[in-house]
Amino acid sequence: MIRLEEVTKVFPGADRPAVSSLSLHIPEGEFVTLVGPSGCGKTTTLKMINRIIEPTSGRIEVGGRDVMSMEPHLLRRSIGYVIQQVGLLPHRTVEENIATVPRLLGWDRDRIERRVAEMSELVGLGADLLERYPAELSGGQQQRVGVARALAADPPVLLMDEPFGAVDPIVREHLQQEFKDLWRRLGKTVVFVTHDIDEAVRMGTRVAILNVGGVLEQYDRPEEILANPANDFVSRFLGEERGLRRLALMPVSSAGLDRGPVVEITATPEEARAVMDAHGSDWLGLLDGGRLLGWVPAAEVGTSPLADLEPREFLVILRPEDSLRRALDAVVTSRTRVAVVVGEQGYLGMLDIDRVAEEITE
Amino acid sequence: MIDWGWIASNLDDIWEATLQHLFHSVLAVGIGLVVSFALSLVALRWKAAYGPITWVTGVLYTIPSIALFTFLVPVFGLTSIWTAQVALVSYTLLILVRNIVAGIRSVPDHVVEASRGMGMTEARIFREVQLPLALPAIIAGVRVAAVTTIGLVTLTVIVGQGGYGLFILRGIGRRFLTEALVGTVGAVLMAVVVDRALVALERAATPWARRRAA
Ligand SMILES: Nc1ncnc2c1ncn2[C@@H]1O[C@H](COP(=O)(O)OP(=O)(O)OP(=O)(O)O)[C@@H](O)[C@H]1O
Ligand SMILES: [Mg+2]
Repeated sequence: MIRLEEVTKVFPGADRPAVSSLSLHIPEGEFVTLVGPSGCGKTTTLKMINRIIEPTSGRIEVGGRDVMSMEPHLLRRSIGYVIQQVGLLPHRTVEENIATVPRLLGWDRDRIERRVAEMSELVGLGADLLERYPAELSGGQQQRVGVARALAADPPVLLMDEPFGAVDPIVREHLQQEFKDLWRRLGKTVVFVTHDIDEAVRMGTRVAILNVGGVLEQYDRPEEILANPANDFVSRFLGEERGLRRLALMPVSSAGLDRGPVVEITATPEEARAVMDAHGSDWLGLLDGGRLLGWVPAAEVGTSPLADLEPREFLVILRPEDSLRRALDAVVTSRTRVAVVVGEQGYLGMLDIDRVAEEITE
Repeated sequence: MIDWGWIASNLDDIWEATLQHLFHSVLAVGIGLVVSFALSLVALRWKAAYGPITWVTGVLYTIPSIALFTFLVPVFGLTSIWTAQVALVSYTLLILVRNIVAGIRSVPDHVVEASRGMGMTEARIFREVQLPLALPAIIAGVRVAAVTTIGLVTLTVIVGQGGYGLFILRGIGRRFLTEALVGTVGAVLMAVVVDRALVALERAATPWARRRAA
């Protein structure tokens, strides 16, 4: 979908290139994050794709066409663009901002109106905000308008330059999650610039790690980059918590689960004690026809039927699609030292710290 | 002290002078705006031109008005409207060019870049983004230019033009306070009214700025 071949950019008067013979192939429908230290040429690379900056040499294709062969303003109308400062037009209402590109394309009034309504719903903007001016919105709402505006003309490609950089961490995480879901539904090709490695590996289906001077150090799936950094620069950039970052990308379902010290509530106290002994456990999990009821300390398992006990709830119950990083967190914070996993059909099993560690070292 | 009878019997003349005074002022500011716009476009397009343009308009601004009228008489003739207009217009240029250029430059880069990134042509960005956002600064310049010009028009009587200046000149000549006051107070009132009208125009033309302040 997007192809950069040996692209170099030397700014006038600069003694070295901002981007040096960068080749990058971005297949259709991928979510590619460009990440690297400040000043490494991420923004320059992005802006060369929509010709806000023209390359010194090399070739850039979007949808099979050389961008240099197209009128810049026509090229740009077919590419969504979101920047960190959002860049909403302060003198236009939210509605008018979202309608910018459709208007440039000459859509009729009804179609624009319908599209604006659709877009604002898509990004979760209330209809009551449409008449407001950008200065009357919160930072998070402005970012949403920026995304809605970029998507309004349904461009196949979306370029985003630190789009969630200006909002606080909680709102950012929320927007990231929402945007990733949106991307899954819309199937656009996204190029997303960030300097935050966590954001890069969480959002991207592929991650391009750039070094100063726009040198591409590694370009691969995030799991692969975390598992096998290509060189020292990449491992240093991934930082100390590389293992944890990998866990964040792995679903609980990818790990082998243990059944653990768990019995059906119909079991006898003797059977229950045998299970606890076999696991060396000082607690017992109780199931009712496969449904997880909770757990009780070993001391409470006496002679009376298990059904008479009052099980305590597990504080954290994971779903198979949750990450192993969450599982690890559950293990280290729970009294029982395990993370329990429950799916649609009920109890699936549990993970302890050894199991989680095995997944990284494998 | 004030001869109300004289005022009452000369209402027609006063009204006519008011219209003339307003006509000269509006014409001068209008022409000034057009010329300043052209100069500003040049200054915005070629950054190096901004210095020379403000230098020349600055020099024009500092020439005493009486002297400027005198220089222009041989060019256009003693009673030509253009003798007056050229002088009046040249006093508006500095303030208008400065405000137009500052207004356009104050539009945040990221707004212009986002507009470009969405596929607006440069001409469209200027018309639909930069100009509207520069409006408050431009109107601020027009207010100063208008008030200054309304004051200066009182002097154009010395090159044979009408307006309030005639009352002032004649009133002083005849030591007739009422007539001189009619000219003076008329010019002051006109300046205040025009200034308020421009403020109202700005508010109407920039609803986004108004609501934010509210
Ligand atoms: N318009 C310009 N003129 C001259 N040099 C520029 C220009 N834009 C960027 N540069 C230089 O090019 C290099 C790369 O800049 P770029 O903005 O692409 O970095 P970045 O990776 O986006 O950094 P950041 O994470 O800080 O946004 C920097 O050294 C920068 O100073
Ligand atoms: Mg950048």
